[in-house]
Amino acid sequence: MAVSATLAAIAVLLGTATLAIAAHRRPSATALIYGICLAVSLLLLALAGTSLLGRQPAQHLTLPIGLPWLGARFRIDALTAFFQIVINLGAAAASLYALGYGRHEEAPGRVLPFYPVFLAGMNLVLVADDAFTFLVAWEFMSLSSWALVLAHHHDRENARAGYIYILMASFGTFALLLAFGLLAGPSGQYAFGDIRGMTHAGWLEGLVLVLALVGAGSKAGLVPLHVWLPLAHPAAPSHVSALMSGVMTKVAIYGFIRIVFDLLGPPSWWWSLPVLGLASSTAVLGVLYALMQRDLKRLLAYSTVENVGIVFIGLGLALAFMANNMAGPAALAFTAALFHAFNHSLFKSLMFFGAGAVLTATGARDIEKLGGLILRMPQTAFVFLGGVLAISALPPLNGFVSEWLMFQAVLLSPDLPQWGLKLSVPAVGAMLALAAALSAACFVRAFGIAFLGRPRTPEAAKAAEVDTASRASMFVLLALCLIAGVLPGLLIDAIAPTVAGQIGQSMPAQSTIPGWSIVPIAESRSSYNGLLVFIFITVSTLVAIQFIHRFASDALRRAPAWDCGFPNSDPATQYTADSFAQPVRRVFGENVLMARDTVDMPPPGDPRPARLTVTVRDPIWEVAYAPLSSFISYAAEQLNHLQFLTIRRYLSLVFAALIILLLGGAIWS
Amino acid sequence: MERFFLDVAHLLAGGLVLTSFMLLYQTRMSSLLVVFALQAFVLTLAVGWQAHVQHAPHLYITAAIALILKAIIIPYALSRVVVRLGIHRSIETVGGISLTMLAGMGCVALSMVVMMKAMAAADPLTREDLAFALSVVLLGMLIMVTRRNAVSQIVGFMSVENGLILAAAGAKGMPLVVEISVAFSVLVAFIVIGVFLFRIRERFDSVELQVLDDYRGERR
Repeated sequence: MAVSATLAAIAVLLGTATLAIAAHRRPSATALIYGICLAVSLLLLALAGTSLLGRQPAQHLTLPIGLPWLGARFRIDALTAFFQIVINLGAAAASLYALGYGRHEEAPGRVLPFYPVFLAGMNLVLVADDAFTFLVAWEFMSLSSWALVLAHHHDRENARAGYIYILMASFGTFALLLAFGLLAGPSGQYAFGDIRGMTHAGWLEGLVLVLALVGAGSKAGLVPLHVWLPLAHPAAPSHVSALMSGVMTKVAIYGFIRIVFDLLGPPSWWWSLPVLGLASSTAVLGVLYALMQRDLKRLLAYSTVENVGIVFIGLGLALAFMANNMAGPAALAFTAALFHAFNHSLFKSLMFFGAGAVLTATGARDIEKLGGLILRMPQTAFVFLGGVLAISALPPLNGFVSEWLMFQAVLLSPDLPQWGLKLSVPAVGAMLALAAALSAACFVRAFGIAFLGRPRTPEAAKAAEVDTASRASMFVLLALCLIAGVLPGLLIDAIAPTVAGQIGQSMPAQSTIPGWSIVPIAESRSSYNGLLVFIFITVSTLVAIQFIHRFASDALRRAPAWDCGFPNSDPATQYTADSFAQPVRRVFGENVLMARDTVDMPPPGDPRPARLTVTVRDPIWEVAYAPLSSFISYAAEQLNHLQFLTIRRYLSLVFAALIILLLGGAIWS
Repeated sequence: MERFFLDVAHLLAGGLVLTSFMLLYQTRMSSLLVVFALQAFVLTLAVGWQAHVQHAPHLYITAAIALILKAIIIPYALSRVVVRLGIHRSIETVGGISLTMLAGMGCVALSMVVMMKAMAAADPLTREDLAFALSVVLLGMLIMVTRRNAVSQIVGFMSVENGLILAAAGAKGMPLVVEISVAFSVLVAFIVIGVFLFRIRERFDSVELQVLDDYRGERR
């Protein structure tokens, strides 16, 4: 029932796409298409919510399409339902936002038809229950998002982003294809139900793990497969950027969980090592890159890389605990990962919406061209600030809860028997802490430069608040962030069936604990009460404000000689984004990011201005991708000669190939 | 009696390989076409024998196609074309004849070894029949590779096809043998009669592939 309703909703989305092709020239098309998408997303959200909260058992459906002996199989279990909630919540928010934002779209014909298809593709990946359907849906999702990335393809940067994206997406799908091929075994059992029942050789499991990391990781943005992400996510229109960053990366995480936790069978302890290693370097590198960015949307995209790293840290910890039969800590780590995935979808969508609002109001994505927006766009600034607090993992918002849970799991690592894990997990915890701190710095910088101070350009000075639909969508997301942060126990209990489905056990029920606290392991170890923290912060802030207004403002003031640090009214005297990032750039950037400052100081008497040039390069691009790309160009150049052979030479090549194959067949036994 | 049937089939398949070798060392166009007609005739006998042995009357159609089209019409048409183009006196080969013959022997040996490996479980006669068929295919390709003249390449191509039909007819119960042979014949007929020769004749006044390459502006 739930499956067929979900599929029907997906079919409606696909129908909406054809409607969009027909109607995109009409002025009312934007409202119509996004309205339908909003309604369908809410419906899908409600369906998934009832199946997760109602703790319904897994439901199957097989349609007679796809591979003839297999059919197209669909299944909704607790894992699918949880990710459906994440995705359709994000999709509903994005559709609501786009009701307002989409009106500014200059080429709606390039966005409207692909948007519903993209939503349908993501939903289809989640419900697929055989490898063929999964891969088709996965590729469907990739291609539709690629089309959205290329919506503004006249921009050369966007065209390049699209090119790199399609390359990496094909590569990722290829890795997943191989992974499923290995899982299906020689008899070719592609249904997930059959794969679950099989046992695989140890080396084969390791290979599948690596392929899943590459395939799903390239879509999620794990370092070093992240290169496309900061190019492609910002290139799309902002509501699509929010979907790609906040939601599509979750589909990739779902794919990893489905393959590694569900299909691959019981884990070995060493599986967690590559996952943890990649995840922790992803978290730190992602946020370091983010700190160096001046483009607001690209900064957010890099921050997505960081958050994906955090989620994968949770998954790696869960693998480590699971392999040692420590179901309780594994459930804690897995819950933390899912919780963070959910949180990230909320606050990353919120911040991309904010960036889109800023883009609409000022036409600028470069934060050096903004400033002072808190006075001109107070509501957007307020919600963006909320998002900044959430993503920087500050209580009482939701980001804190998931990262706190993650640290609780890290603190349990001394109980692990393997020395490799005992030593590496605390290091991962340190990396996680570093990433969290750097993330706070990164978003203080982003918010401070963009919204505080004085406007740096006339456009920023003339900015005005955006439309109601956009703001409503952002406020809804902020409210959800606050609820998830203040009452995390509700959410932990809601995802308990998902955790139990993969780990075999879930965290202890939190809603029975008095006073809305959460206790991950035992009261004696640690507990957190979001409500109490929220009330404390609210009350103390209000008291402080009252105090200041009562006593400070009335006090006698004298005008200072140096004008409060602003003797010059020129906005260029303010802190800039680059100057704010300089300390971190000096500490980490010179080694990790090849950051270089070049000072060009003219000699005395020369009237030209002094210049400070900062170059930040991506070492991963230069070490791994650039040589590969030049090798492929070189090989293509060499192979190009093959196009201009004589007919007899071509025949000789065919003949030689045949002879070599036959020789191989004769020698190989 | 069974044994006798198989021995004759074997003999005819071996004859096909023998004619393939004869094709390899022909230096004159007209004799090449005569030997090809001989090969097609041997193929007719081989397929006809299979039809008799397997009680498969549809194979007679294949045999008839081989006889009429490949043993009579196409060699006749090609020899007229060859005479008209004035290239019936000589053909050039790439590499010496002895080298080509050695390579041909290598091909036969290779197909024997491959079939020994691939079909260790099958009975020896079927295995060797298939080995003969594969040899004919490889020798046909060798002819195509070692000649520059378009007509002799067509002969090589048809020789490849003969090998395939031999394999298909020899495998008992293989479906669509007749259809395959008809399809191949249509293909060859198109290449021979239709586009290929007339176009080249009209445009270049030659059937040398060299000229085709020159026309494309390439070097050899």
